[in-house]
Amino acid sequence: MKPSSHWKNIVNFAMFGLTGLCALVSVGTLVFILGYLVFNGGKSLSMSFFTNLPAPVGEVGGGMANALLGSGKVLLLATLIGIPIGFLGGVYLSEYSGKTIAFVIRYVTDLLNGVPSIVIGIVVYTLVVHPMGHFSTFAGGVALGIMMIPISVRSTEEYLLAVPPSLREAAFALGAPKWKAIITVVIPAAMRGIISGTMLDLARVAGETAPLLFTALGNQFWSPGWNQPSATLPVMIFTYAIAPYEDWHRQAWAAGFVLLMLVLLINVTARMALSKGSYVPRG
Amino acid sequence: MSQEARLPVSKIESPPTVSEKKPLSENPKKLCAEKLNFFYGKFQALHDISIDMRENHITALIGPSGCGKSTFLRTLNRMHETVRGTRLEGQILLDGESIFQQNVNALRLKVGMVFQRSNPFPKSIFENVAYGLRVNGYDGGKQRLQEEVERSLRKAAIWDEVKDKLHESAFGLSGGQQQRICIARALAVRPEVLLLDEPCSALDPIATAKIEELLFGLKPECTIVIVTHNMQQAARVSDFTGFFLLGKLIEFDSTNLIFQNPSKSETEDYVTGRFG
Amino acid sequence: MATTPVLGERALPPGGARSFLMRLRGGEEIAYTITFTAAAAIFVITALICYELFAQSEISRHKFGWAFLFTSEWDPVAGKFGALPFIYGTVITSVLALLIAIPQGIGSAIFLAEMAPARISNALTFLIELLAAVPSVIYGLLGVFILVPVLQKSVVPALKSVFGALPIFQGAFYGVSYFSAGIVLSVMIVPFIISVSREVLISVPRDQREASLALGASKWQTVWLVVVPNASTGIMGSIFLALARALGETMAVTMVIGNTPQIKASLLAPGYSIAAVIANEFTEATGDLYLSALIELGLVLFGVTFVLNGLARILIMATAQKGAHS
Repeated sequence: MKPSSHWKNIVNFAMFGLTGLCALVSVGTLVFILGYLVFNGGKSLSMSFFTNLPAPVGEVGGGMANALLGSGKVLLLATLIGIPIGFLGGVYLSEYSGKTIAFVIRYVTDLLNGVPSIVIGIVVYTLVVHPMGHFSTFAGGVALGIMMIPISVRSTEEYLLAVPPSLREAAFALGAPKWKAIITVVIPAAMRGIISGTMLDLARVAGETAPLLFTALGNQFWSPGWNQPSATLPVMIFTYAIAPYEDWHRQAWAAGFVLLMLVLLINVTARMALSKGSYVPRG
Repeated sequence: MSQEARLPVSKIESPPTVSEKKPLSENPKKLCAEKLNFFYGKFQALHDISIDMRENHITALIGPSGCGKSTFLRTLNRMHETVRGTRLEGQILLDGESIFQQNVNALRLKVGMVFQRSNPFPKSIFENVAYGLRVNGYDGGKQRLQEEVERSLRKAAIWDEVKDKLHESAFGLSGGQQQRICIARALAVRPEVLLLDEPCSALDPIATAKIEELLFGLKPECTIVIVTHNMQQAARVSDFTGFFLLGKLIEFDSTNLIFQNPSKSETEDYVTGRFG
Repeated sequence: MATTPVLGERALPPGGARSFLMRLRGGEEIAYTITFTAAAAIFVITALICYELFAQSEISRHKFGWAFLFTSEWDPVAGKFGALPFIYGTVITSVLALLIAIPQGIGSAIFLAEMAPARISNALTFLIELLAAVPSVIYGLLGVFILVPVLQKSVVPALKSVFGALPIFQGAFYGVSYFSAGIVLSVMIVPFIISVSREVLISVPRDQREASLALGASKWQTVWLVVVPNASTGIMGSIFLALARALGETMAVTMVIGNTPQIKASLLAPGYSIAAVIANEFTEATGDLYLSALIELGLVLFGVTFVLNGLARILIMATAQKGAHS
C-alpha cells in the first residue's frame, strides 16, 4: 500500500482552489451588485428624486418623494405592530411559558416565518383591504408588521435565554419579584442583541415588495393619513423597472440605490453592534 | 524483559537524560524525544522533555490532570500541528529520523493514535476499519481488504462480537466496543507505534480489562505509548513509566521501580496517592 | 403604603379571587397576561392566515376540485383556471436554481468552514450573508437590465451552439425565460445554503477530524470523507430551506420569467410561476371565481413551503443534536 502523498497534496491544493473559487464567485456577486448600483444609481440620483412627486410620462424632473414618505409611514406602522407583539411574545417564551406551550408557540412562529410574503399580502387583502373597501397605508403596515413578528420573537427569546441564570438569581435573592427582575435586569442585559435583532428585522421588511402590491398598492400623489393607497419605494422600483420608459428606468436605478444603501446600512450597523461572531437569527 | 537497574542518585532539579542512565532494555530505541519544549502561545506546557520509548514495549505516561502528558503524546504524531498558535522546540526521532523531516501523513501511518473518547465515523463498522486503508491508496482488491479488516478486528479483540454486523453502523455498539473499533481502525494501517490517550477513561472496568489485555497481545508487533490517569492501569500494563508534573518529566524508569522504589519524592507522593 | 410589596408576593398565596387581586397589584399577573396575550396573538394570526386561505379559495376549490392542480388551461375570460403552468414554472425555475446553487453553495461553505483561515472566513461570510439582505426587487432590477441582455448577447448563443440539439435549449430566446429566472433565483438562494452549511460543518466535533488525520488522511480527504458526511443532514436541511425560499420568491422572478402561462420543455421559453401570477393578476382579477382561483394558488404555495420548512427544521435540528451528543 503506497501512501501516495504527492497525489494527495495535488488534490488538496486543487480542492482548496476550487472551493475558494466558489466562495469568490459569491463574494464577487455582492461586490458587483453593490458596485453597479452605486455607479448606475448614484449617477441618476439628484435632489429632485427626494423632493419631487412623480411626473407624468415624458416630463423630466420627477421624483419619488411620496414613495419615500410612504415607505416611512408603512415601516413605522409595521414596527409599532410587529415589534411589541414579537418582543412580548419572546419574553413570554423565555420567561414564563411551560414546555408544551413553548413548543407550540415556537412551531407556530416558525410557520409564520415561512409563509411566502405574497401570501401574507393576500390574507391582509381579504382581512383588511376588502372590508375597508379600499387600499391603504394602514393595510400595508399591517402586512409588513405581521412579517416582522417571527424574527422579533426568535431574536428576543434567543437573547433573553442567553442572559446567565446567575443574573436572575441575584435579582431574586435581593427580593425582586419576577416581573421586576425581568424588566430591570434581564431585558437590559439582552438589550443590545434585541435592538440589533430589531434593526435586522426592519431591514428585511424594508425591502419587501410583494405584500405591498395589494395592500398599500401605489399612488402618484401624496397619501395623507393612513387610509389611502400609498406609494412605497420597493413598489415604485418594480413599477418603473418594468415600464417601457427610459426616464423611469433611470429613476428605478436611483431608487434601487437608495433602497439598497438603506437596507445594507441598517444591516451592517446591526451586525457590528452585536459582539463578534455571535448568533444572528436567520430570516 | 525489564532490568532491575539501580538508578544513580540524581539531582532533584534535572530530569533524567539519556546519557546518564544505564539502558533499561536491550531493545532498540523506537521513538525518542530530545529536549522537547512546547508552547501554547506564551504559555510553556512542556519543559525539556527527553524520553526514549523502546521497541515492542509498553510505555505509560502518568501524572495529575494538566501536567502535559496528553500534550506530549500529541506531539509524537504531530497532531499538535492541527491547533493554531502552538510552537515546538526540540527533536523527536522515529527510528533515528526526525519526524519533522518527513511527510506528516506518511508519519501518521507509522504512528497511530487512539483517542480518549471513542470517535467512530458515521459509517459502518467495516468502513470505519477500512478507512485508513482506503484513504492511503489501498489497491489490494476486495478480498484482501476484507482479510485486513478481519485481522484488525481480531487484534482488537472484537471480531467475535461484530462479525455478523460488519455493515451496520458503528454507533450501535457500546462505548467499550466502539473504542475497540477505534483501536481496530488504527491497527488496520499496521502502525509501528500506537499512541493511546487515556483510552479507557470513559469505560467500565470490564471494558477496560478487555482493552488492557489486547494491548499485551499487540506488543510483539507494535511499540505502545499510553497516557493514563489510572495508576493501577499503568502498573498493570506497562513496562516503563514516565511521571509528568507541571510540564516536566520528573522520573522515567521501569514500571516496577517507579511504583515500588521511586527515586524522586514527587513521584513517591503521587504514586502513593498523597496528591493528584 | 410604604411597605415593600415584595413581602406580600413572597408569602404563600391565600387562594381564590382575593389572591388574584393581590398578585395583580404586585404586577406579576399583569406581566404574565400581557406577554401571554402577545404569544396568543401570534397563534391567532397564523391560524387566521390558514383559515383565510382555505375560506377564500372555497369557490375555486369547490368548482375545480383536485383537477385544479393538473389542468393547464388558464383563461380568465372563459372562467377556466388550471394551476399546472404555474406549478410547472415554479418547479422548473427552483430546480434550475438548486442545480446551480447547491454545488456553488456547498463548495463555498467547505472553503469557509474548513479551508480558509478564521479571519478571512469570518470576513467573507459576513459579506456573503449581506447578499441575503439584498431586497428581491433589486435582484429583479439587475436581472432585467443586466442579466437578460448578457444572456441574450453572449451566453445563450454560446449554449445553443454547443447544446442546441437538446430539447431544453430549443427555440427562440427573448431574454425573459425560465432560464433567466432560474439563474437569478440561484444567486438569491446561495447565501442560505452557504450560511447554514458553514455552521453545520463547523459544528462537526473535533475528534472526528482528528481521528481521520491520525490515520494519515490528508486535509481534503478528511473534509470530504468525514466532515461533510457528518454534516450531511444539516446540509440537506439548508437545501430544503433554500428551496422553500425559491418557491415563494415573487418579485425577481416576475421581472424576468416572461409571465406567460404555458408549459414548455425548453428553458429558453417564457413561463410563469405561482407567486408571479398572483402578483400580476390579483388586483386585476374580476369576479369571485378569478380571485378565488388566485387565492387557491396562494394556498398551494403556502402548503408546499410549510412542508418544506418543517422538514428543513427537523433536519437541521437533528444535526445539532448529533453534534451535541458526540
